[in-house]
Amino acid sequence: MNSKIGYLVAIALLLVLPFVVYPVFLMKLLCFALFASAFNLILGFGGLLSFGHAAFFGGAGYITGHALKVWGLPTELGILFGALTAGLLGVLIGMLAIRRQGIYFAMITLAMAQMVYFIFVSSDFTGGENGLQGVPRGYALGFIDLQNDLSMYYFVLTIFIVAFAIIARTVHSPFGQVLSAIRDNEDRATSLGYDVDRYKLLAFVLSATFAGLAGGTKTVVFQLASLTDSHWHMSGEVVLMTLLGGLGTIVGPSVGAAIIITLQNYLASGPLGAWVPVVLGLIFVVCVLAFRRGVIGELQAFIRKSF
Amino acid sequence: MLTDLLGIPPQVLFGQLMLGLINGAFYAVLSLGLAVIFGLLNIVNFAHGAFYMLGAFATIFITQYLGIGYWGALIVAPLVVGAFGAVIEYFLLRRLTGVDHLYGLLLTFGLALVIEGTFVKMFGASGVPYPVPEQLAGGVNLGFMFLPWYRAWVVVASVAICIATWLLFERTKIGAYLRAGTENPKLLQAFGVNVPLLTTLAYGYGVALAAFAGVLVAPITQVSPLMGSNLIIVVFAVVVIGGMGSIMGAVVTGLAMGVIEGLTRVFWPEASATVIFMVMAIVLVLRPAGLFGKTA
Repeated sequence: MNSKIGYLVAIALLLVLPFVVYPVFLMKLLCFALFASAFNLILGFGGLLSFGHAAFFGGAGYITGHALKVWGLPTELGILFGALTAGLLGVLIGMLAIRRQGIYFAMITLAMAQMVYFIFVSSDFTGGENGLQGVPRGYALGFIDLQNDLSMYYFVLTIFIVAFAIIARTVHSPFGQVLSAIRDNEDRATSLGYDVDRYKLLAFVLSATFAGLAGGTKTVVFQLASLTDSHWHMSGEVVLMTLLGGLGTIVGPSVGAAIIITLQNYLASGPLGAWVPVVLGLIFVVCVLAFRRGVIGELQAFIRKSF
Repeated sequence: MLTDLLGIPPQVLFGQLMLGLINGAFYAVLSLGLAVIFGLLNIVNFAHGAFYMLGAFATIFITQYLGIGYWGALIVAPLVVGAFGAVIEYFLLRRLTGVDHLYGLLLTFGLALVIEGTFVKMFGASGVPYPVPEQLAGGVNLGFMFLPWYRAWVVVASVAICIATWLLFERTKIGAYLRAGTENPKLLQAFGVNVPLLTTLAYGYGVALAAFAGVLVAPITQVSPLMGSNLIIVVFAVVVIGGMGSIMGAVVTGLAMGVIEGLTRVFWPEASATVIFMVMAIVLVLRPAGLFGKTA
């Protein structure tokens, strides 16, 4: 009940926010919030640390960009196509990565994502260092001109809300419960008769697909797909957003993404611009040492203790 | 000759083989350091590439300000960087005892960002050159290829440090403690061995190995703040291929992957950046535990 009211307030806030805050910034924020929420599905609820999610985020960005610019697909289909391709890539990488556990999982996903990155660097269709520029935003439903930032914002907000709802539903579904059980004790889940690998793979593919959805949407917003989005730094950033907001909480990753993106924007325009990686690194260290539950996790613990 | 049949001049083939062997030597030393750290701390040291970079920069500083040159740096740089690593273990990593091992990876990732970011700010992203020590300048013509002395030295020194590490672990008392600590730290502690100190030493030693590789690489590459970050991902793949179970496994896998990379550069240049990742994928399909690994 309480959370329902909370979500309604949040949606109302998101509806009026573009009249107060620069819409392009808000769209960037929503894309990363979705990316982190998708990532949380595998780390927070599956307990698997993927260090290669940039491959899905950046990869879908290129595919969506290519589909819109070269094939002339409608915007919705282009984004969907990018997300599905990311999901397919998730099947390939996931099948390899779930063969090992723990830190090996992290190293394998990182290495596979790096391989994907190298393929993007040397491919023609990605435009190499220049990136894929001039991606048309097109029309939503065939008639809403997305060139207008405000229309684009509501388009992105719709994608975000739908995807967020699906992710939240997944977490609370029987599938999500089994996933958490595997995270907490894999052997026990196996002994209860669950095909652990299948659950892990499905979670990984879902996570990759939604990460791709976020990446494709971001490409449409900025009309650009670039190498930064598939670099391993991006994989690290999404880990940081999720950790900072709160691992395994529904809204934590979005809060973490909002904090990191705001901080980056703020720092980049000031004298500390060149120190962004150092600041992110320090936040990482502090989070891991003293703040492992993240903003939302600490908040929940505080509320539970006080009431 | 076979090489002529394939249409590749022997100089090119053996040149790339040599280059592959050198890269392989670095893979071996770096993955060995990762394995030593993993053994006692159970974490993957993401900052390993940053420490390798620190080793290379330390070489430059030591030469400039201490005036003891390359050979002095070869001893002093690993000691200094290794001590720095030990300090980090003592003040930061130790706090993660009993927490999920993934946090160790995340912490060292953060450290890598801080260290590399600071160096980028101070020295820019482009590189600084460092001269080859004069004793090892020049080379020898072997007939089928020209072998620069320094490159031969890199391979010899890397293999030597790997063998020394093996001897340390297998033939000394402290090595026995280290192995015991890998097997069962609690029992070792119960026998009166100072396991936390041992852990600090192991981390320092692993970091010192990375710095040693950094000193070796300084004269053959541009010393730059980000030189370690891309390399370390390849080393992770090497570790997945070989498994972190044995010292010899790390060395053999490292060298073999370097040679395979070198050969790929000759016969299929487009794939040379990705070949090790492809090998990793194949190994994961055929032998998930890794070539020398015992358990998954």
